[in-house]
Amino acid sequence: MMGFDSQDMTALLLTLKLALVVTVLLLVISTPLAWWLSRSRSWLRAPVAALITLPLILPPTVLGFYLLLAMGPEGPIGYLSERLGMGSLAFSFTGLVIGSLFYSLPFVVQPIQNAMESMGERPFEVAATLRAGPVDRFFTLLLPLCRTGFITAAALGFAHTLGEFGVVLMIGGNIPGETQVLSVQLYEHVEALDYPRAHRLAALMLALSFITMLSLHGLRSGKRSAKVLGF
Amino acid sequence: MAFPGDKFALDAEFSLPMDRVTAIFGPSGSGKTTLLRCIAGLQRARGELFFGDACWQQGRHCLPCHRRPIAYVFQEASLFPHLSVAGNLRYARRRAAPQAPALEEVVDLLDLAALMSHRPDQLSGGERQRVAIARALLIGPELLLMDEPLSGLDDRRKAEILPYLETLCRASNIPILYVSHSVDEVCRLADTLLMLENGKVSHYGPMEELLMQQVIARPGSADVSAVLRARVNRIDEQWQLAELAFNGGALWVQHNDEALGSEQRLRIRAQDVSISLSAHGDSSILNVLPCSITAISDEAVGAMQVLTLQLGSERLLARLTRRSIDHLGLTVGMSVFAQIKSVAIIR
Repeated sequence: MMGFDSQDMTALLLTLKLALVVTVLLLVISTPLAWWLSRSRSWLRAPVAALITLPLILPPTVLGFYLLLAMGPEGPIGYLSERLGMGSLAFSFTGLVIGSLFYSLPFVVQPIQNAMESMGERPFEVAATLRAGPVDRFFTLLLPLCRTGFITAAALGFAHTLGEFGVVLMIGGNIPGETQVLSVQLYEHVEALDYPRAHRLAALMLALSFITMLSLHGLRSGKRSAKVLGF
Repeated sequence: MAFPGDKFALDAEFSLPMDRVTAIFGPSGSGKTTLLRCIAGLQRARGELFFGDACWQQGRHCLPCHRRPIAYVFQEASLFPHLSVAGNLRYARRRAAPQAPALEEVVDLLDLAALMSHRPDQLSGGERQRVAIARALLIGPELLLMDEPLSGLDDRRKAEILPYLETLCRASNIPILYVSHSVDEVCRLADTLLMLENGKVSHYGPMEELLMQQVIARPGSADVSAVLRARVNRIDEQWQLAELAFNGGALWVQHNDEALGSEQRLRIRAQDVSISLSAHGDSSILNVLPCSITAISDEAVGAMQVLTLQLGSERLLARLTRRSIDHLGLTVGMSVFAQIKSVAIIR
């Protein structure tokens, strides 16, 4: 297809799978996290928010390096995975998922948090006076009112995980079908001076990213609730 | 219902009648909204709260808001922005108590049929508040809480929505707590008045009485007025007037569509009442009633004083200059004539 050989296709499918799994997991993790960040008055709020947003400015290799240590036999994640009989997570797809969760977390938490902050407390109070319990309020108010925030979060999380490189290189290496994602494959082609194949992969990623951002901005201009996008 | 609380320096202990409109009245910052929110369960203060036999708050027990059989109309528009008018109403209907009124009934009462497919941002402030009130009724509450539902509206919108509120308050068989700082609204809607000052109940009792004691309006302000109940006795088609009789006299007022024999509530501002020593026939003032002076306010400064006048079992207030009082030699116990320049039917 479009001149991709089977190794490129494997890398493409792996990348999409990784981005999809990470996005779904991040949406689940980020919802309560964003809720807590938008509502809490605890002193822990600032340090937690700083930790979550750290990957925005931290070199991915630094994050990858610490994750590698954590996943090693001496590290806490490694210890846990050994005890659970999963072996070492370094250089595995699961390890890649864990790394990507940290790496893309701020991109998912922040739009959701912004949406939750901008909707305020009032709709929930109103719903409570209309007999809606907490679960009811979550589904009938929070989800629809923060819809744009969730869509933005999913798109950014997905796109950002697609383009991940430094973290993957540190903890995932370059195992075809397991950890060899598009960005790493692209790097391989360049190293091998195989520019035509590199071009095709680069163009594909450019197109994927552009389409994601285009649909986001299309959504943004179509909606009055654009301010919840948070960027 | 008893409610002693002490958070936010809110210290209120009272029992409310179960079948009346009670206005919670007071200056801003007096704790009106806080009190209402505590009753709703949106906010917590230490204390006890009983509704009939049901315990809503006692010790550590606090019934969450969504389990209390209340409805709440918020001060500003509170419609769910992602739902149409119909969607907002259905939200309440789906969670309503068994005794809740039918959708059509409420839509009729608040005249919403034409707005059903609109989204909240397409509505005017008054329309939004009407939908919010309808939504509150649809839940089938046993207690209706309203937090200054008209305060965000200009006078025209207020005038547009007040009749709906009046119908509602009169037709309602559930207790209504109505927070307001408008004397006008309180006069028109409330039966009982709970007055808060700095988080404490300063006065509590029948609205007419508190109005008469001039506790709800700043003495000397244009709001000082008396409210009396009267019955439509006669209708004069030729001059478009209605005669309203009360125990102590009768008043001619402009006739709108009040039915013969119906009971109305009249508000007479103290500044619209003047005093003469004889009943002139040569004045444009229609209503001149004999009465006696029972009290004269004793402000030591300022140009104005307020007289309390007794007419049969009813009382009126008159706001006069100190100079006129001195000039006419008015004293407590004197028989005089009250000239009433204007009367407003407020119900």
